[in-house]
Amino acid sequence: MIKRRDFLKGAAVGLTGLALPFAAAELINPQTVTARKTDRPKVRWAFLVDTVRCVGCGLCVRACKHENEVPYDANVTRTWVERYVLTKDKKLFADTPKAGRDGFTTPRIDLGMGNYQEIRNEDIAKAFFVSKLCNQCENPPCVQVCPVGATYQLPDGIMLVDREWCIGCGYCIMACPYGIRFFHPKYHAADKCNFCYHRITKGMNTACVEACPYQARQVGNFENPADPVTRAVMTERVRVLKSEYGTKPHVFYRELAEEVR
Amino acid sequence: MKSHVWRPLYVVIALVIVVLVTRYIYVPKDFAVHERGYMYGWYRAGNVEQWKAVPDKFKTNEYCKDCHPEKEALISKTPHASIQCENCHGLAKVHPADPPKLAADKSREFCLRCHYPLPYPSSDRSKIKGIDPEMHNPGIECSNCHNPHKPSLRRLK
Repeated sequence: MIKRRDFLKGAAVGLTGLALPFAAAELINPQTVTARKTDRPKVRWAFLVDTVRCVGCGLCVRACKHENEVPYDANVTRTWVERYVLTKDKKLFADTPKAGRDGFTTPRIDLGMGNYQEIRNEDIAKAFFVSKLCNQCENPPCVQVCPVGATYQLPDGIMLVDREWCIGCGYCIMACPYGIRFFHPKYHAADKCNFCYHRITKGMNTACVEACPYQARQVGNFENPADPVTRAVMTERVRVLKSEYGTKPHVFYRELAEEVR
Repeated sequence: MKSHVWRPLYVVIALVIVVLVTRYIYVPKDFAVHERGYMYGWYRAGNVEQWKAVPDKFKTNEYCKDCHPEKEALISKTPHASIQCENCHGLAKVHPADPPKLAADKSREFCLRCHYPLPYPSSDRSKIKGIDPEMHNPGIECSNCHNPHKPSLRRLK
C-alpha cells in the first residue's frame, strides 16, 4: 500500500519531470519574444488614399476582384469604396452597394434590406468617397489572435494568410477593427488584401493602383524618404483610420473627414 | 514502487510522446519564429514564396501598347488617357494565349461609373461631365455615338 507521503513525493517528481521537457524543448531567445527589431527593414509597404480625387468609379474593386480571384458576385471583397453624404440638417448617410464594384450610378443611398434614401443635391452639405483596404498594421490584432500561426507579419509589414495552415476559425475576421478580413468561399480560409504581394515584390504597383484613373491610390515604400507616399505622409496632412486602437495602420488618407469610420 | 497508481502516469507520458512525434512529422520544417518575433512572426516560410509566385493578371498599358500602338496613340491625347485598357477590355492575363479575345464592356452602366452626375462638394466627382441616363438617348450604347478612345464631344464618331 502506498503511503500518502510517497504518493505526494512521486507526484511532485513526476509533474516536474513532465513539465521539464516542454520548457527544455525550445530555448526561447528573449529578443524573439519581445519582437524587437534589431535593425530597420529596407522595405516597409505603405499606402496613400486621396479622398478628394476618388470619384467612386469602383474600377479598383473590379480590378482587385479579378486580379486576386475573389469571387465576383459573392458578398466578399478585399477592397471597397464607401460613399459618405452629410446633409445640411447634419444627417450622415453612408453606403457601399456591392462594395462599390459597379461604381455609384445613382444619388440614392442604399440603406440595405432593399431600402433606399433619396437625397436631393441641394440638401447635401458634403459628400465624398473613401476606399478601404487592409491597413497592414504595425501591431496587427488579426495576427495576435491566430491560434495556429496561419496569418503572420513579414518584416516589410505585410500580413499574409497561409491557406494550407488556416483552420477557418474566424478569430482574425472578428479581431480586425477595420472589417477587412473575410472567409474565402472557394479556399475555405481567411482572406484579406495583401497589397498584391505577388506584384509589389516584383516592382509592380498593386492592381487597384494601376486601375485607378484618378491617382487616388498609391502604394510605396515607407522606409524610402524619396518615395511619393512617404513624402506625402511626411509633408502633408494625412490621417489613419481608428488610430485609437493603437494598431498603427499604414494606409494613410489625404483629407480624411471626421465622419469616416 | 510497483503500484497501479503509476499506471495513469505512463498513459500520460505515452500521450505526450505521441503528440510530440506527431508534431515532429506533421509540422513543416520551415515553420518557425521569423524576423517579426514570436507574436507576429510565427509562420511557415514556404508560404511567402507561394504568395510571391501568384501570377499577375492586370498587365497595364505597357503590355498592350507594343501590339496596339495605334490605340495607344489615339487615346493618349484624350482625357481617357489615364484609364487603363484593361479597365474596359478586361484583364489581359497572358493574352493573346489566354484570353484570345478581349471584349470591351460597352454597357451604359460602365460609362456611368464616372459619367453619372453626382455634384458632390469636396469630391472630384463633381468635376466630371455627366449625363442623365434617363434623358440622354436611353437604351443606346454610348459607343454608338462617342468613341471611347477619342471621347471629344466636338468630334463625334
